[in-house]
Amino acid sequence: MADIATPKLDGKIRIPLMEEGATAHYHTLESSPALNEALGYPGELVDNWQEKAIEKFREVLDTNKALRVFMDICVKCGSCTDKCHYFIGTHDSRNMPVARQDLMRKVYRRYFTLGGKLFPKLVGAEDFTKEVLDEWYTYFHQCSQCRRCSVFCPYGIDTAEISMAARLIMNHIGLGSKYSNEIIGKVYNTGNNLGIPAPALQGTMEFLEEDVQEATGVDVRYPMDEKGTEVLLIPPSADFFSAPHVDSLIGYGKVFHEAGISWTVSSYASEFANFGMFVGDFHAMRKIAQRIKDVAREFGVKRIIVGECGHAWRVGHSFWNTLVGPWDFLDSRYPVPQHICEFTLDLIKRGGLKLDKSANDERIVTFHDSCNVARASSMGGYEGGQFEVPRDLIKATCNNFVEMAEDTIKESTYCCGGGGGLLTDDLMELRIQGVLPRAQALHAVMESHGVNYLALICAICKAQFSKVLPYYDIPMEVVGGIHQLVGDAIVLGGAKHEV
Amino acid sequence: MTSLSMVYIILYYIAFAILLGGFLFKIWRFAKTPAPLVIVGTPGAKSGIGTAARVASDALLFRSLFRGNRWIWVGAYCFHFGLLFLIFRHLRYFVWPLPMWYSQVEQLVGVTGGIMVVIGIVWLLGRRFFHARTRYISAFSDYFVLFLLLAIAASGLLIKFRVRTDIIAVKTFMLGLARLHPQPVPADPWFLLHFSLVLALLVYFPFSKLMHAGGIFFSPTRNQIDWTRSTERRHVSPFENTKSA
Ligand code: SF4
Ligand code: SF4
Repeated sequence: MADIATPKLDGKIRIPLMEEGATAHYHTLESSPALNEALGYPGELVDNWQEKAIEKFREVLDTNKALRVFMDICVKCGSCTDKCHYFIGTHDSRNMPVARQDLMRKVYRRYFTLGGKLFPKLVGAEDFTKEVLDEWYTYFHQCSQCRRCSVFCPYGIDTAEISMAARLIMNHIGLGSKYSNEIIGKVYNTGNNLGIPAPALQGTMEFLEEDVQEATGVDVRYPMDEKGTEVLLIPPSADFFSAPHVDSLIGYGKVFHEAGISWTVSSYASEFANFGMFVGDFHAMRKIAQRIKDVAREFGVKRIIVGECGHAWRVGHSFWNTLVGPWDFLDSRYPVPQHICEFTLDLIKRGGLKLDKSANDERIVTFHDSCNVARASSMGGYEGGQFEVPRDLIKATCNNFVEMAEDTIKESTYCCGGGGGLLTDDLMELRIQGVLPRAQALHAVMESHGVNYLALICAICKAQFSKVLPYYDIPMEVVGGIHQLVGDAIVLGGAKHEV
Repeated sequence: MTSLSMVYIILYYIAFAILLGGFLFKIWRFAKTPAPLVIVGTPGAKSGIGTAARVASDALLFRSLFRGNRWIWVGAYCFHFGLLFLIFRHLRYFVWPLPMWYSQVEQLVGVTGGIMVVIGIVWLLGRRFFHARTRYISAFSDYFVLFLLLAIAASGLLIKFRVRTDIIAVKTFMLGLARLHPQPVPADPWFLLHFSLVLALLVYFPFSKLMHAGGIFFSPTRNQIDWTRSTERRHVSPFENTKSA
C-alpha cells in the first residue's frame, strides 16, 4: 500500500474549507502517440492546438444541446459547491463542480460570447493558454462523471457532460489520458478492456465449471461462444478474473442453470464496459456497442442480458438504442438490454429460484447505489426501479439488510471515487481521497449495525472499494457483488421452473 | 417633442429590439442544437406529462435548488416571485384597459413585490460577499447584475414612496411606446433614472446568465423522457448517418 495519510473515520461527512490548488499536481499519465492514433486522434499535442481546440469546441457546442445550454445558464448560485466527493475529499476549490465547469466556461466566454470578447476580466473569461489547458487536463481528470452535482443544480447542469466534452476536445488535439485510451484500444483489438485473449477466457469458464461442480456437486455450465442460445450474457470483463467480481459471474451461471435457460458469453463481445463514454466520444461508444450487436446477430440469440457494471449499464440502457438500435432481430418481449438483476428478481417473483437466505446469515449487508445506475438509468421499467430492484434482490437473498444514511444513497449516492475513467494507479491519491464520504457513511453503519458486506453492482466500484477502503482500515473483504449473495443463497435444483 | 424625448424613445426601441432579438436568438439556438443522446437525470419520468411536471417543479418551485441548498432557495424564491409581482404591477404601463380587480390588488401586490425583491437581492448579495465558496465562484458580472437589479428596485420604491412622480405622464409615455405612438417622456429625473436602468437590464439580458430564464426549459437532464429501452421509439442522434472512425 502506498503511504498516503487518511483521516480517521467517525461516520460524519464534513464540508471542508477550500484549499486552492491542493491537487494541482495530480496528473494522470498522458496517452502515447501509438494509443492516440489507434483511436483516430493526433499522436501528440498538435502545434496549433489552441486553434484546433476552439474549432472542436465550436463543433461540440453545435452538436450537443447540453453543453450549449450549460455554458450559458449557470447563475453561480453555489448550490453544487459542496456536493462533489472529490471536493469533500481533496479540499481543492477547483473540485467544486461549478469551479470545474468554469475552467471550460471561461474559455467559452472568451471565444464565443460578446461579453468575454470585449471585457474578459469582468465576466471571468480567459484565453485558452497552455496553463489553462494544464488545468483542464488536471481537473477534468478529477471528475468521475457521477452526476451528483447535477441533482442539486436548479437547472440540472451536469458537470459530467462538461468533463466528457473537455476530454473529447483534448483528445482531438492529441492530449488524452493513457488509462482510458489504452482501454478503448484494447476493446477494439481483443474485445475486452483487459485485453484477455479468447483461450484465456475459455480457460476461466472451464475452471468455473469445475469449481462449482466441486463445491456443489451440480454440473452448472459456463458456456462460451455457443451459437443459438436463448441469452447472450455480456459481463464486464473483470468478472472473468478479478476478485470479488468472479463470484458474481458464478452467481449468474447458477441463476441461468436454475432458470433452465441456455446462455453463452462471447469471447469477442466479452466486455460490457464502454469507455467511449468517459472520453465523450460518440463514435468510439458506437463502435464498441456495435460489436455486441454484431455478435448477438451472428449467434442468433433472442435476448441480451448484461452483468453487474455501472457505467456500461448507462450506455446499454440509455444509449444503445440510439447508438446502434433498433434491436428488432431480438425477442421484443424483453427489454434490450436486460439487467441481470432484473432477470433474477423476475425469476424469483415467478417462483423460479429456491433461495436459502440463511446461507447469507453471517452477512450484514448494505447497498451502495452506483452513480450511473442511480442517476443515469433505470431498472424494472418504472421510475426509481434502479433503487428498488437491487434492494429487493438483496432482501430476497439475505436476512440482514441495513441502509446507509439517506443523503448518501439512491439519487444522492456518493461515488466510489474511481469511476469515469479514473480507476488508475497514477490517480491513487485522488481515489483514496474521493472515497471519503462513502467511507464515512459505510463506517457509520459498520459501527451501528455491524455491517460487514457492501453489496455492489458495478465492476469499477468493486475494484475501487477493494483497493482504497483498506486505507481507512475497512477490510477489502467487505466488498462483494449482489450476485455473489444470490449465488450463495441458491439451492441448486430446488425450484420447479418453466422456461 | 423635446430632444430628450427623442433620445429616450429611440433608446427604448433599440433596447427592446436587442432584448427580443437576443433572447429569441438564444432560445432558437438552444432549441435547434441536437442532443446526441438521452442524458436525462434519473429517476426521470417515463412519460411526457411526468417530465413536464418535473420541469414545472423546477421552474415554479425551484425544487432542485430546495434540495440542494435551503438558504439560497429562500433568497432566490423571494427575489423571483417578488419580480413576478412587480411585473404584474407594471402591466398597466403596457396594457390598457385592465380589469377592475387589477386596480384593487395592484398596490398591495406591487409593494409586496418591491419589498420581496429588495430583501431577496440583499440576501443573495450577502451570500456572494460573505459565503466563502460562493465568493470564490463569483465574477464581477455576478455582482454587477445584482447591483443593477437592486438599483432598479430601489429607484422604483423611491418613486413610489418618496419622490412621487407624475404617474399619469408616465402612463401616457409608456402606453405610447407600446402602441407605437410615442408621447413625450416625463422629465422627472427619478423616473428617468429608473427607466434608464431598466433599459440597461434589457440590453444586458440576452448576453448574460440571465438567459437561465429561458434556458431552464432546455436542460436535457431535466426535460428528456426516460424511455430509452422502448421498442416503439428511438432517440436519433445528429451522427446517425455519419460513419464512425
Ligand atoms: S459529476 Fe461527480 S465528480 Fe464530477 S463534478 Fe459533479 S459531483 Fe464531482
Ligand atoms: S448549482 Fe448549477 S447554477 Fe448553481 S452554481 Fe452550480 S452549476 Fe451553477
